[in-house]
Amino acid sequence: MSASLDKGVRVLKEMIDAPIASYFSSCVHCGICAEACLFYTETSDPKFTPIHKVEPMRRIWQQEYTLLGRLAKLVGLAKPVTDEELGKWKELVYDSCTFCGRCSAVCPVGNDIVYMVRKMREGMSAAGHAPEGLKGAVTRTINIGSPMGVKLPAVKAQMKHVEADYGIPIPLDQEGAEYLVTLSSMEIINFPEYLGAIAKIMRHVGKTWTLSSEAFEATNAGMQIGNSDLARVIVARVVAGAEKLKVKTVISPECGHAYTALRWEGANLIGRPFTFKVQHIVEVLDEFRAAGLLKTEGMETDRLSFHDPCQLARRGGVIQPQRNLMKMVAKEFVEMPEAGYMNWCCGGGGGASSIEEGEYLRIEAFQVKKRQLDAVKPDRLVTACANCRIVLEEGLEHYKMNLPVVGLTETIAEHIPDPE
Amino acid sequence: MDQLQFLTWVRGPGLNLALLVFVLGVLWRLIEIYGLGRKTDLSAPRHVPGASGWATIARRSLPAPGLLKSSPVTYIGGYIFHVGLAVVVFLFAPHVALVDALVGVTWPALPSQVIDFATVVTMVAMVAVLVDRHVKWAKRFLSTFGDWFAWLLTFLPLLTGWLAVQHLLLPYTLMLALHILSVELLLVCLPFTKLFHAFTSFGSRWFNGTMNGHKGVPV
Amino acid sequence: MTNAYDMGRRQSATVGDSLERQGITRRAFLQYCASIASLMALPAGAAEQLATALAKARRPSVIWLSFQECTGCTESLARAHNPSLESLIFDLISLDYHHTLQAASGEAAEAARDAAMKENAGKYLVVVDGSVPLGNPGYSTIAGIANIDVLRETARDAAAILAVGTCAAYGGLPAAQPNPTGAVAISTLIKDKPIVNIPGCPPIPNVMTGVIAHYLAFGALPELDGLGRPRAFYGETIHDRCYRRPFYDQGKFAETFDDEGARQGWCLFKLGCKGPVAYNACATAKWNGGVSFPIQSGHGCIGCSEPNFWDAGSLYSALSMPASPVTLGAAAAAAGAAAGVAVTFFNRRKKAAAKAGHETTTLDDLEK
Repeated sequence: MSASLDKGVRVLKEMIDAPIASYFSSCVHCGICAEACLFYTETSDPKFTPIHKVEPMRRIWQQEYTLLGRLAKLVGLAKPVTDEELGKWKELVYDSCTFCGRCSAVCPVGNDIVYMVRKMREGMSAAGHAPEGLKGAVTRTINIGSPMGVKLPAVKAQMKHVEADYGIPIPLDQEGAEYLVTLSSMEIINFPEYLGAIAKIMRHVGKTWTLSSEAFEATNAGMQIGNSDLARVIVARVVAGAEKLKVKTVISPECGHAYTALRWEGANLIGRPFTFKVQHIVEVLDEFRAAGLLKTEGMETDRLSFHDPCQLARRGGVIQPQRNLMKMVAKEFVEMPEAGYMNWCCGGGGGASSIEEGEYLRIEAFQVKKRQLDAVKPDRLVTACANCRIVLEEGLEHYKMNLPVVGLTETIAEHIPDPE
Repeated sequence: MDQLQFLTWVRGPGLNLALLVFVLGVLWRLIEIYGLGRKTDLSAPRHVPGASGWATIARRSLPAPGLLKSSPVTYIGGYIFHVGLAVVVFLFAPHVALVDALVGVTWPALPSQVIDFATVVTMVAMVAVLVDRHVKWAKRFLSTFGDWFAWLLTFLPLLTGWLAVQHLLLPYTLMLALHILSVELLLVCLPFTKLFHAFTSFGSRWFNGTMNGHKGVPV
Repeated sequence: MTNAYDMGRRQSATVGDSLERQGITRRAFLQYCASIASLMALPAGAAEQLATALAKARRPSVIWLSFQECTGCTESLARAHNPSLESLIFDLISLDYHHTLQAASGEAAEAARDAAMKENAGKYLVVVDGSVPLGNPGYSTIAGIANIDVLRETARDAAAILAVGTCAAYGGLPAAQPNPTGAVAISTLIKDKPIVNIPGCPPIPNVMTGVIAHYLAFGALPELDGLGRPRAFYGETIHDRCYRRPFYDQGKFAETFDDEGARQGWCLFKLGCKGPVAYNACATAKWNGGVSFPIQSGHGCIGCSEPNFWDAGSLYSALSMPASPVTLGAAAAAAGAAAGVAVTFFNRRKKAAAKAGHETTTLDDLEK
């Protein structure tokens, strides 16, 4: 019960670094970031212009870290950041930003705006201006173990189902396994076929793997809410689990932000480099393919397209592997316009999908996805992020589009030949 | 103060003062900005060719895919006026002569007629981006006094220089003095306005490029 | 020349009579009028009209006062290369007082001035060359009278004053820094009479006579610009009408006075030519009877007809060239770096304090 404006401002002062100072100094208000942001293009509301979302942080930088700004503050010419103002900014910093990073990809002066929004959330959460939905998710993750409240027994129950359905044993806490497979709670509850697909593929390629009873959950609501202290607690569980089981590689599930949390933020959160490798499942599968271990049979005959999760592609650097895999199993693989590096977000990334009051925005923003899909009219949409999948399904339902969304891993697994 | 005294002041003490503030301001601001430092990234890097700060410095000069269509005036007007400014500032014979006299470095200049044409085109492009700032929603919303002021600071040297060369409106002496004065105003204000992007945009591109390059994303 | 004795006789004559008596042919007179008309950019046929009007005009009494000057302006007029034309000035006017040229001296000279002023009160012209010292009346006197007193007294009943030369027009060399005599221009002292400034060091002879010819022929002073100069002669810069202008436009400049560019007659801008800021007719009227002008002889214009040209920096540094910026630049760089480092020191301290003040967030801390 200690969140306050002072705390928020102090945290922002801690966050502001040379890149942020450089970005603020470079902005020429050209408005191009707005044209890249689905919340602006689909609502035409200029307040959703990405650089505007970090305006309070800009003023803190100016007033605290520039000589002229300090002088202005001294003589009372600077407009201080108020608690009320931060309250107003909640919608801009959380509801209408999915960390998709299109703004950072287009800014002509090179500003990484989403990097700033991520830091801005640190201050917002410390000032008590995080959305209720995200607070709930992070509370459940810290207290229960997963943002959806899933506990180990639920995982074990799911494991049993999968073992029964696929006839393959699911290893748990197996020390020395090569791969530690982590899950998103979405996969545990809504998409158990993911776990089955992993089991099938791992048996097929002959690799050892395991789940961990303390590190089954890969998602990180602490990162989404923008609080490094809480994000550290969550990521530390995975690190502890991986190190305890001495695995070589931790596989991030079909979840975009879990990949960012583990692959890019994790080591920085715990303050030391990892002793293991982190890979997204799509990278792992593509490695198996390249090594000739992964052999599929048969092709999907309907028209398939792939939705690139932002954190995997634009913010994660994984763009080609999913295409290699799609081509293994799809006869007719069509790319949506701007697919890959510049793909449009589903509208619910970065924790936005947990924010109830932002739902109308997600629905509005989905129109751009609809246009992308209408351009190529696939029969089915494949993706590699459970959160994208849920948000896409919601949007498709709202716009009455009859288009099934499936995971890439399970699509590949369906083409793994049964063992002799 | 008569015209020639005015001209003498602006090209003597005035220019000295402006260059002084400019050099002082640029160094102060650069150190103030980049002195804040940043943490080293502890995550394991992914190495991809073309994903680096330097590559991004170059790459960001091209329009992002699909954006040329949604911001045509910003991009095309922006290109014309940036290139035009560079041509006019660096390839006009008296300007070359000035740099030569200051630091002893010289290069070939373009004929006056070409410079004249470039100046007019640059001014037209600047007016277009100004109108666009007024008309385009997001741009207008973002605009502050600093944006209009920076535009004026950039436009005045072009206009006064052109009028001086064309011998329009005011006697050449006075117009030349006003031209130099407007450049001095630009120099003095540059480090403390958004015009400082002339320096920091390279740093920003490098940071963006290097931080995303660490992840193997050639942004 | 003239004296008090025959002053009355001369007063009564018209310009035409005087020309006849001096044996000046009509052809020479027309030639003169044509050159003045072209210099003033009058329309075709104006030379004839000018000649007719001038011939009929009464010769005005002129009192020439010389103060802090070098006599260059008089020399320019009197020793013109082709005396048959410019010396016509002396046939256009009745020069009743000029202490360099008049035969009379001492009291007789001053008496001539008094007589001319009395007889032509309200009608005579005063030509002044040289500036007036305000520092000490003794700095410059004529017949023991301080310049300022002579000027005030003579100007009182004058029809108009022609301030000839840069000294009279703008203070000139005597007024250059540090201006030891407190020299000022004529227009600083006389406010209630029409004053025509004819600057130049010296002014072009034809311009001096042209102004008088205009006054005689049209009965009024020519139109003046903001600096009190006749627009007809000072309307354009030397640079505007310079025959080397195409080289400037092509960016072809002489770099030294003896390089190939100089030999090719390229633009002298880089050698300090002040043509772009000098308003005068040198490039069109030229000097020595239309033979040449400084730029044509290979030297840049020094802008001698502009106010305070002596104080406008080196005659040999290009117009776009500032005084001495490099050392200042180094000092500024050092100061800027120091400021930046100082700000960074405090910034880092502030950031460290913010970090030190970090309290690890727990779930409770997300709430207010």
